[in-house]
Amino acid sequence: MATPQAVIDTSELDQLRIPLRTQLWRLVRKQPLGAAGAFIVIIMSLAAIFANVITSYNPVANDLASMLQSPEANHWMGTDEFGRDILTRVIYGARTALSIGLTAAFLGATGGLVLGVASAYFGGIFDLITQRIVDVLMAFPLIIMALAVVATLGPGAQNVIIAITIPFIPTCARVVRSSALAIREIPYVDAARALGFSHARIILRHMVPNVMAPYLIMLSTFVGQAILLEAVLSYLGMGVQDPTPAWGLMLKGGAEEFLESAPWVSIFPGLAISFAVFGFNLFGDAMRDVLDPKMRRD
Amino acid sequence: MYAYVVKRLFLMIPTLFGAALLVFFLMRLLPGDPCEIRMAGTGQYADPEAIAICQKDLGLDKPRIVQFGGFIGGYFTGDLGVSMWTHQPIAYEIGLRFKLSLQLAIMTTMVAVALALPLGIISAVKQDTWIDYAVRTFSIAGIAIPSFWLGIMIILGLLIVTQAWLGEGWMPPINYVSPFKDPWGNFTQLIWPAVATGYRYSAVATRMTRSAMLEVLREDYIRTARAKGLVEKLIINRHALKNALLPVVTLIAIEFAFLIGGLVVTEQVFNLNGLGKLFVDAVGNQDFTLVQQLVMLVVLIFVATNLVVDVLYAWLDPRIRYA
Amino acid sequence: MKRFISRIAATTAVSLVFGVTGIGSALAVEKGGILNFVVAGETPSYDAHRETTYAAVHPYAPFYSVLIRVNPKNPQSPTDIVCDLCKGKWKVADEGKTYTFKIRDDVKFHDGTPLTAKDIVATFNKIIFPPEGVPSARKTFFKMVESVSAPDDYTVVFKLKFPSGAFLPAVAAPYNYVYSKKDLDTHGYNWHTDHINGTGPFIFVQHQPGAFVEGKKNPNYHHKGQPYLDGFKAIIAKKMSVRIQAIRGNRAAIEFRGFPPKARDDLVAALGDKVTVQESDWNCVLIATPNHKRKPFDDARVRRALSLGMDRWGGSAYLSRIAIVKTVGGVVFPNHPLAANKQELQQLAGYWPDLEKSRAEAKKLLAEAGASNLTVDYNNRDVDQPYKVVSTWLIDQWTKIGVTTKQTVRPTPAFYATLRKSHEYDVSIDFNCQSIVNPIADVSKYLCGAGNNYSQCEDPKLGEMYDNLLRTGDVKGQRAIIRQYERRALDEQAHEIITLWWYKINPHRSYVKGWKIAPSHYLNQQLDNVWLDKKLM
Repeated sequence: MATPQAVIDTSELDQLRIPLRTQLWRLVRKQPLGAAGAFIVIIMSLAAIFANVITSYNPVANDLASMLQSPEANHWMGTDEFGRDILTRVIYGARTALSIGLTAAFLGATGGLVLGVASAYFGGIFDLITQRIVDVLMAFPLIIMALAVVATLGPGAQNVIIAITIPFIPTCARVVRSSALAIREIPYVDAARALGFSHARIILRHMVPNVMAPYLIMLSTFVGQAILLEAVLSYLGMGVQDPTPAWGLMLKGGAEEFLESAPWVSIFPGLAISFAVFGFNLFGDAMRDVLDPKMRRD
Repeated sequence: MYAYVVKRLFLMIPTLFGAALLVFFLMRLLPGDPCEIRMAGTGQYADPEAIAICQKDLGLDKPRIVQFGGFIGGYFTGDLGVSMWTHQPIAYEIGLRFKLSLQLAIMTTMVAVALALPLGIISAVKQDTWIDYAVRTFSIAGIAIPSFWLGIMIILGLLIVTQAWLGEGWMPPINYVSPFKDPWGNFTQLIWPAVATGYRYSAVATRMTRSAMLEVLREDYIRTARAKGLVEKLIINRHALKNALLPVVTLIAIEFAFLIGGLVVTEQVFNLNGLGKLFVDAVGNQDFTLVQQLVMLVVLIFVATNLVVDVLYAWLDPRIRYA
Repeated sequence: MKRFISRIAATTAVSLVFGVTGIGSALAVEKGGILNFVVAGETPSYDAHRETTYAAVHPYAPFYSVLIRVNPKNPQSPTDIVCDLCKGKWKVADEGKTYTFKIRDDVKFHDGTPLTAKDIVATFNKIIFPPEGVPSARKTFFKMVESVSAPDDYTVVFKLKFPSGAFLPAVAAPYNYVYSKKDLDTHGYNWHTDHINGTGPFIFVQHQPGAFVEGKKNPNYHHKGQPYLDGFKAIIAKKMSVRIQAIRGNRAAIEFRGFPPKARDDLVAALGDKVTVQESDWNCVLIATPNHKRKPFDDARVRRALSLGMDRWGGSAYLSRIAIVKTVGGVVFPNHPLAANKQELQQLAGYWPDLEKSRAEAKKLLAEAGASNLTVDYNNRDVDQPYKVVSTWLIDQWTKIGVTTKQTVRPTPAFYATLRKSHEYDVSIDFNCQSIVNPIADVSKYLCGAGNNYSQCEDPKLGEMYDNLLRTGDVKGQRAIIRQYERRALDEQAHEIITLWWYKINPHRSYVKGWKIAPSHYLNQQLDNVWLDKKLM
């Protein structure tokens, strides 16, 4: 049985020998904004994963004695009208945002990948019909879609994911299809077909790897968008439900009513959304710079 | 070329029909109807007879397929129908709000362009310096900040700042005044929502300007110009900008088309009586007919803009060919 | 922070006092000026006979007159009902089965037509006996009316099938705008949905859909010398934050429905004595309705436990700082002579003074019913005040008796569809909001089988009590029966679980004078006695 090491060729080993710190430093030098984005993303992920370790407060339980306290030693971001610690809710909110954001982005981008590649590969009437459906979905207002999804399936995290995923699929499918169309014309796909390989094999082995760049770019931009959409939907009452800590939810209702006397209630969740989306966007931008051949520097 | 345009026009039909089908049945999946909300929405006793009369009035008692037929049939007779909430013609309801949304869209685009062009250019010229990073950070932050939150913060900020300076809190007017009647009042009302959304919309345009500029700056003729010893400013203004502008203008045009329907949250926060607010109200009242027509309007704008852009590209760039 | 809150509290108290003296003292009324106010909703039509929303009242009541109304000088009293279009005092005869009203002879519609008794008869016939296909939202409130007639041009007679204490409040309801018979005859019964021709203190100028409604002074108004204002503008603003900011930034002077307490505190902190606060108990009660058709909520012990599990007295102190609820009460509007006093309330399960005892009892009941570890499927409305705020508190309260709540917040249409039609919930938030305080009619909400009782309960015994109540004439007897009724509906059977009564808070610009808060946002909205103090503007 071959050991895994045997598979790695030596040039890759050489790269691995460069200390991690140096590699990181190079990346930071080359993509300072991307690195900053990655930093935010990592902090957020850590907060989401270790939420219950970082904070000892319960994000849901009311503590009527300490309602609407301004930021202080015990409550760094203050408390809301139910006496809940805002920092705690922001941290747990990261969990909600990330789980919804990542799932929706992955499902949306992957669904788009499948649809886009299939559309390009099969062409003809299949392509025509798919593209019309894509047109309808892209043009359709998200709020109606979300409303209908929530009304038929009931509100809750998984349905928010569905509502966000639906508009992502056509967006990604469009982009992937145009890249895939170009690859389809390359002779080796014809050759593979001539050799009698199955459609699945050709698609998976030859076409999918070649559209990975647009796929990854879409994926990385979707995460930020998904987090923002989740916040908007929750703000509009079509997202996750109280008392689940979610940033968009934290911004509505009371937060708006006593904006002036307790600004911390709305400022911190708003900043959390902004930073999270900011981080993912910086990261996504860097990704685009690295992956998009047109953007590659001389 | 004509054949292509005609073909594309024909392809719009299934898209529009699909959207009509989707919005019609999605809206009717929702529990409740406009009559229920009208009669039972206040917690008082809801008279079942009054609800039944209302439903009959609105044709809600007819089979779905007949209602759908009426909706589609309206496009052939040119009758968009009446709102199920106010009983006013939908064309009138939309017409009332269109002016405001259009003006806001124009102002938002102006803000976006005013931010995007200079920032994008400077960011490209000073590529990979701290200026570039600062500009990119600023513009990405624009996409990251939820616009409803930014709007609320702007109003709060205005109230607090003016209170501190003038002793009396000032906020933008909450009633629309026509720019022809009271240009200043109109400006003070719309500039804030225009900034809140324009900032957001500028982000994509800034990025586009930057990358288009970068591409152009690498072209041979710019190198030649530099080699000739032309002043850098002249190179940028005369040569680079002119060529980089095309994709940017296209992008702005597309965004503009979306803006008209895309100001939903901003209009809420600033209490602007535009199409976005109409849409949210219509959804809240389950005003099926009005929601249907508004969605169709948005879809139509989307499809038409796409077509215009594609045709424009084909016309401008002879390398692109369409079968 | 503590200091900050106490500062707000202090200023509130000061301005409350200031507000009351400002209204109470006999200041010289100043004429002129335009009143801008914000209103959260927009009515689908102008015809209040067929609408239920207060948005058909706030901007439109000033254009119309009614036969009788709650005294605008004393709107807090539920029994002080006075003439608007009638004069003197109406006569009751035939053992309470005939009401005769004398009509003023100096009233003109805005189009110049003089008003006669025929107009009032035509109006009430439209409301009580509408022709087929014409909706009338409160027809059932007039079940007791047999006929309305005009023996001469200035007399209106209502004949009743049976005497009823609910008759006068029904006639005095603010929706009963008097229309001109001529309009009804020539234009039909739907004309008033988008046309206005009344006899009210203000004349309709324009309505810009989605934006505002505008009215100007009626110089021929029958209450001489009134109105004081030159006009008004009702600005539609659906978002709470916009309405609060509108007062803050002086884009509007007042909002008539009600603000949450924190908004009041914010406004007072920012504006000091430029804002006056009026507060009142509100004839709306927030209820948690258990679904009797779902297990284990068919078991009275489980329903009682849910009631016992909430700390109403503590909740009142706390929630009144963040939500538009305050007063602990039973089935009757607090402060009304028929309402339970504190001692009486404290005997009801869930109102006991000893919280620990209540919670222990609740746990015991749940255990007996085999429903420890109960999970409640809770239907909530996606409106913050007061539904979501109070529910967040309620859910937390129930965790203390070991009850878990799975909440589903639904947009208003879906919420009602669930509450009224599909009944897909264990417990739903619910409320009873009425205009004129009329306990005998209002408590019918708790009656199993009532049109607005959504608990799906069955209880003939409670029905007997109610019939008994309707037949009892004297207040003392009514009071005793209502106590029994209350005990059965809220304690023994716990058909419905009352949380707290609403509390109406109207912070407004201090220059608005003459408007007095009523126990309902439907009442006292004709604006004929409102004026603006220019010195304070």
